[in-house]
Amino acid sequence: MNKIIKYVLLDIVKSRIIIAYTVFLLLLSIGLFNLGGSPDKGILSLLNLVLLTVPLISIVFATTHFYNSYEFIELLVAQPINRKKIFMSEYLGVALSLSAAFIVGVGIPVIIFSSGLTGFYLVLTGVFITFIFVAMAFLASVITRDKAKGIGIALLLWFYFALIYDGIVLFILYAFGDYPLEYATLAMTALNPIDLGRIIVLLNLDVSALMGYTGALYKSIFGSVWGIAAAFGLLLLWALIPVMSSRRIFSRRDL
Amino acid sequence: MKNPNKQIFLLAHILALMLWGQTAFGNTLKVCKTCTYSSVKQAVQKARPGDTVLIDGGTYQESGIEINKPLRLIGQNNPVIDSNYKGQILTITVDNVMVQGLTLKNIATSYIRDDAAIRVFRASNVRILNNTILNTYYGIYLQNSEKITIKDNVVKGENAGKTESALGNAIHLYYTDEVEISGNNVQGHRDGIYLEVVKNSKVHRNSSINNQRYGLHFMFSNGNTYTYNIFRHNGAGVAVMYTDDVRMEYNTFEDNWGAAAYGLLLKDIRDSVIRNNIFRRNTTAIYMESSSRLDIKNNDFERNGWAIKLMTTCVDDTFRLNNFTGNSFDVSTNGPSQLNHFENNYWEKYTGYDLDKNGVGDVPYRPVSLYAMLVERVPPSVMLMRSFMVDLLDNMEKVLPSIIPENLVDEKPLMKRIKHDNDKEFAQVLRQTTSAPGRER
Repeated sequence: MNKIIKYVLLDIVKSRIIIAYTVFLLLLSIGLFNLGGSPDKGILSLLNLVLLTVPLISIVFATTHFYNSYEFIELLVAQPINRKKIFMSEYLGVALSLSAAFIVGVGIPVIIFSSGLTGFYLVLTGVFITFIFVAMAFLASVITRDKAKGIGIALLLWFYFALIYDGIVLFILYAFGDYPLEYATLAMTALNPIDLGRIIVLLNLDVSALMGYTGALYKSIFGSVWGIAAAFGLLLLWALIPVMSSRRIFSRRDL
Repeated sequence: MKNPNKQIFLLAHILALMLWGQTAFGNTLKVCKTCTYSSVKQAVQKARPGDTVLIDGGTYQESGIEINKPLRLIGQNNPVIDSNYKGQILTITVDNVMVQGLTLKNIATSYIRDDAAIRVFRASNVRILNNTILNTYYGIYLQNSEKITIKDNVVKGENAGKTESALGNAIHLYYTDEVEISGNNVQGHRDGIYLEVVKNSKVHRNSSINNQRYGLHFMFSNGNTYTYNIFRHNGAGVAVMYTDDVRMEYNTFEDNWGAAAYGLLLKDIRDSVIRNNIFRRNTTAIYMESSSRLDIKNNDFERNGWAIKLMTTCVDDTFRLNNFTGNSFDVSTNGPSQLNHFENNYWEKYTGYDLDKNGVGDVPYRPVSLYAMLVERVPPSVMLMRSFMVDLLDNMEKVLPSIIPENLVDEKPLMKRIKHDNDKEFAQVLRQTTSAPGRER
């Protein structure tokens, strides 16, 4: 398995896209930290960026990578290797390279400009988001053999989690505004990894004072070690569920 | 030829005159460890009306000093009066008293007696100058008095780990008129300066920092002026309630940051003026409820969470020539009806254009964003703050307004930030060109 991961990693590094991605993140984070004035502001702008671009790039890159290495996968399947191992190696290879790019591109500037718990949460959230969206990309890729369709599904997934979902939540909150919705909102944010990540980071920033009663309630939940552990546990679940289901589909499917 | 004897004679006469002059204003009773009087209480008891009690450096363990005749209490070389938590230090119950240059400290929390370092009760023309008051329950407590001067004092409390009810106010006024409170530094109490039923008073050049509740708190106090004060890091900022005819000018409201903090909280205020203030980094810079006929002009709102929360109970307020920069929300409100007037403000978020180059934007600006409305109506939606969807909706609403209040609009937003000191001429030009100011509508 390690050997396959190594080959996948080498293949990705050779394509140079990952290097461009690293440089892009690095330049953006350094730029934002220098523009923002205070490190808190830098983290805030970086958060917006991370939650919009990282899922998009992860999901598009992983889908195209999966379809491009279809022949390689077919070759491996012909060998006496467990299919699940092949799939997991592909997944880990892509997810690890993208998270490495993220850690270099965002993690290093964060350490330099604003090392602290909030920065750590930001980087951790970014890594989790990468793993989650690579998993979703793989799920989209194993569902259909058609490359165009696969990328379409992947983009739709990104569109749903980054945009449409928040719109739906806003609509629900507006429609049921007369009811106490604090816990309902909490449940709804747990159903979207991007929202969950954003709230984990926001609650640790000064801005949280603007969130009033709801913010205070969330802070009491996410402020404790258990709350934070639960939040990251949920993110982990968000990565595991698509990975496991796509692994299952991949190992049973007629290639 | 001058006679030296004559000169000495003259000098002696002058000296005698001076001495006699001093006796006319009262004797001076000196208090120190080795003097005739070794305690302040003793000296105060022996003194006759009009005398001066001069307290020399050193620490005096005393409390319950009652001043019931006109005296001047003057500290020299930083004398310290330590009550050792045994009750009030100075109680002034008579007119024409001056207390200067003392350090008073250690008063325990007393829920029944409200112990203070200096209490003035039914007196007028009292001057409290240059004192330092440390670790007390109440600092300076005035009640039923008038014509009091409180100047250049430092009142510092210890509020770490204490609840609001276990703390007193630094400067507390109750039914007291014509007071001048200036140049004081108040910290670490419940309220920095508290005024209840106080009229015709001036509060200026004070700094009120790190108080548990409000930096300045006043109720039912008409006709007062607050200028050049600094309110910083207070639990809930400054609260102004049930008052008419207040002037608040050139104050700085800073870093009043927290889930329930305000820069300035206005409730039931009428016919007042808020001008040339700076609001910086407050959760809510101004919260307004049931306030009418206010003139809010030439203020700077910088980097606040909400610059103005304007409840629909406010009527006929005018906002002119203010700068709004770097606030998360500029204005938020809780309903569609709007009877207030915005004109010629500078909004950093304004994206309109100015074709005729007169400095006034050609497109009206609506300072309330859709999301601000939504948060006001459905508080849990604040959890979607900074979401991409929210930005998108806000921009759509700006192009085609449908939910945000129709009338809450600045028809003549300015293109450039106003420099309040230099742009007086510019303001005059605007006054001439714009048709009708808010008051005359």
